[in-house]
Amino acid sequence: MEFFLISLLNGVTYGLLLFMLSSGLTLIFSMMGVLNFAHASFYMLGAYFAYQISTYLGFGAALLVAPLVVGALGAVVERYGLRKAHRFGHVAELLFTFGLAFLVEEIVHLVWGKSSVDYKIPEYFDGTLFTLFSTSFPIYKGFMMLVSVGMLVALYLLLTRTRIGLIIQAALSKPDMVQALGHDVPKIFMLVFGGGTALAGLAGVIGGNAFITEPGMAAAVGSIVFVVVVVGGMGSLAGAFVASLLIGCIQTFSVGITFSVTDLAALFGVRLEDSSAVARLTVTQLAPVLPYLLMVAILIFRPRGLMGARES
Amino acid sequence: MSEPMLVIRDLHGYYGKSHVLHGVNLEIGQGEIVSLLGRNGVGRSTTAKAVMGMVAARGSIRFKGQELLGRKPHDIARLGVGYVPENRDIFPDLTVKQNLMLGMKSARQKGRWSMDDMYALFPRLKERENTPGGVLSGGEQQMLTLCRTLMGDPDLIMIDEPTEGLAPKIVELVGSFLKEVEKRGISILLVEQKLAIALDISERLYVMGHGHIVFEGTPADLKDNEAVRKEWLEV
Ligand SMILES: Nc1ncnc2c1ncn2[C@@H]1O[C@H](COP(=O)(O)OP(=O)(O)OP(=O)(O)O)[C@@H](O)[C@H]1O
Ligand SMILES: [Mg+2]
Repeated sequence: MEFFLISLLNGVTYGLLLFMLSSGLTLIFSMMGVLNFAHASFYMLGAYFAYQISTYLGFGAALLVAPLVVGALGAVVERYGLRKAHRFGHVAELLFTFGLAFLVEEIVHLVWGKSSVDYKIPEYFDGTLFTLFSTSFPIYKGFMMLVSVGMLVALYLLLTRTRIGLIIQAALSKPDMVQALGHDVPKIFMLVFGGGTALAGLAGVIGGNAFITEPGMAAAVGSIVFVVVVVGGMGSLAGAFVASLLIGCIQTFSVGITFSVTDLAALFGVRLEDSSAVARLTVTQLAPVLPYLLMVAILIFRPRGLMGARES
Repeated sequence: MSEPMLVIRDLHGYYGKSHVLHGVNLEIGQGEIVSLLGRNGVGRSTTAKAVMGMVAARGSIRFKGQELLGRKPHDIARLGVGYVPENRDIFPDLTVKQNLMLGMKSARQKGRWSMDDMYALFPRLKERENTPGGVLSGGEQQMLTLCRTLMGDPDLIMIDEPTEGLAPKIVELVGSFLKEVEKRGISILLVEQKLAIALDISERLYVMGHGHIVFEGTPADLKDNEAVRKEWLEV
C-alpha cells in the first residue's frame, strides 16, 4: 500500500512534467504536421539557462526568466528557420529540427562542458512535505506538481476561454479559412511555437534540478516524450495528457518491482532451474524498455494512438 | 465617376505549373450584386481565391483603389474583402457563437453587423448558439458561414456556390439574405451554378469558359442570348 501510494505520487509528478513537454510538442505537431525533434533541446536549454540565472539571481528569477528566454528563442527559430524550411516541404522541416537538436547539444558542450552542471534544488525547498508511513515525500516534488497543475489549468483556460485560444484551435485545423477571416496565421503559429518551447523550458527549469542537468538530458527525455505523443495519439492534447500520466506511472512503478522472470514462470507453475541472465531479469531491469514496448504495442494494435484522430 | 469597388484586369492564375486563369477581366461596383457563372472546372472558384491571395496569380486586382496582388490573405481580409468558400469551412468543433466570434477581426471591432443582427436574420442560429458547428444541417452551416464572414464587416463579399446541395426553400432564404446584405451598401460577387437565383438577384452577370470571361451583361441580356447559354452554361 505504501509502495503503491508513493509510486503513484511520484508517477503523477513525473507524468505532469512529461505533459508539460508533450503538450507543447503536440500543439506544434498539429500546426506543422511534423514532429519537432528539437523539442527536448528546449527542455535542456531551460535547465541550463535556469542553472546560469540562478547562480546570479537565484531560483525564483530563473523560474520566471528562463522559460521566457527559451520561448523567445523558440519564436525566433520558427520565424527565421522553420518558416523558411516549410516552403521546401515536410522533409526539410524534419531535417531542420534534427539539425537543430544537434546544434543545441554542441552549443551546450561548448558553453557548459561535457559533464553535468551543479544545478541544485534551492535550500528553501529541501526537506519533507509529508511522510507516508515510513517514506517521505519531498517539498520540491510538491512544488513541481503545483507548477505543473498551474500550467495545465492556465493552458486549458487559454485554449478554451480566450479569443486567442479560439483562433489557435481554429487555425490548427483550418489555417486557410482562419487566414481568410483576417487573422495573421503565420504570427499565431510563431506564438504557438514560442509558447510550446517556453513550456518545454519551464519543464527544464523544474526538472533539471530534480533530476540531472547534463548534455545527454535532451536525448533521454526526447525519446520518452516521443513515446508519449505516439501513445496518446499524434495531435491530441487529451491523449498526450493521459499518455504522460500513464508513462510517468509505468516508469516509477516498474522501478520498484523486483518481480523476475523466474517468479513469473513460477506463477504459471513452471520452475526455471537454470539461473541464466534472462531468468533473473526483473521488472526493474526492464523499466527503461517498458515505454517503448508500450509504443510498439500501440502502433500494432491501435496505430492512431489512444485518442488520436488521424489514421496516419 | 470614382473607381469601382473591385477591378480585375488580365488576371492569370496558376496551381503549380497548371495555368488555370487566362486573362480574366471583371468589375464590381459599390453595392452591386454580380454573378460569375460557368460550368464545372472553368475557373470560377480560382478567380475568387486569386482575389483572396490564395493562389499564385499575375495581372491586376484593384480593390478600393489598392492593388491586392502580392498581399497576404489576412491582409486582404483586413482591407475589407470577405470570402465564403465553396466547402463552407465552418469550424466543426467550435460552437455557433464561437464560429461567429472568429469572424470578427479584433475583439473590440465595431462593424456594421452585430451578433444580434445575425440572430435576427437567422433566428435558427440563435437557437443553436451553443451547438458545435459540425452538427448543423447543410443549410444552417451555410447561414453560419455567411454570417461569420459578415461579422468581419467586409465591403465586398465573395460567395462560392452558397446554394449547392440546399433545398429550394433554403435557396430562397439565401437569396433574400443576399438582398438584405446588398441594401447595406455591400458589394457581392456570387459564384453560382444555378442560373435561376443568379438571374433573380444579380444586377450584372459574367459567364466564364476555360479560364476567361465569355459573356458580360444584365440578366435580361443573358435571357435573350440563347447562344451563350447553350454554349457555356447548359449541360
Ligand atoms: N488545388 C488545385 N490544384 C490543382 N488544380 C486545381 C486545384 N483546384 C482546382 N484546380 C483545377 O483548376 C481548374 C479550375 O478550378 P475551379 O475550382 O476554379 O473551378 P470552378 O469553376 O470553381 O468549378 P467547380 O467549383 O464546379 O469545380 C479545374 O480544372 C481544376 O481541376
Ligand atoms: Mg468552384
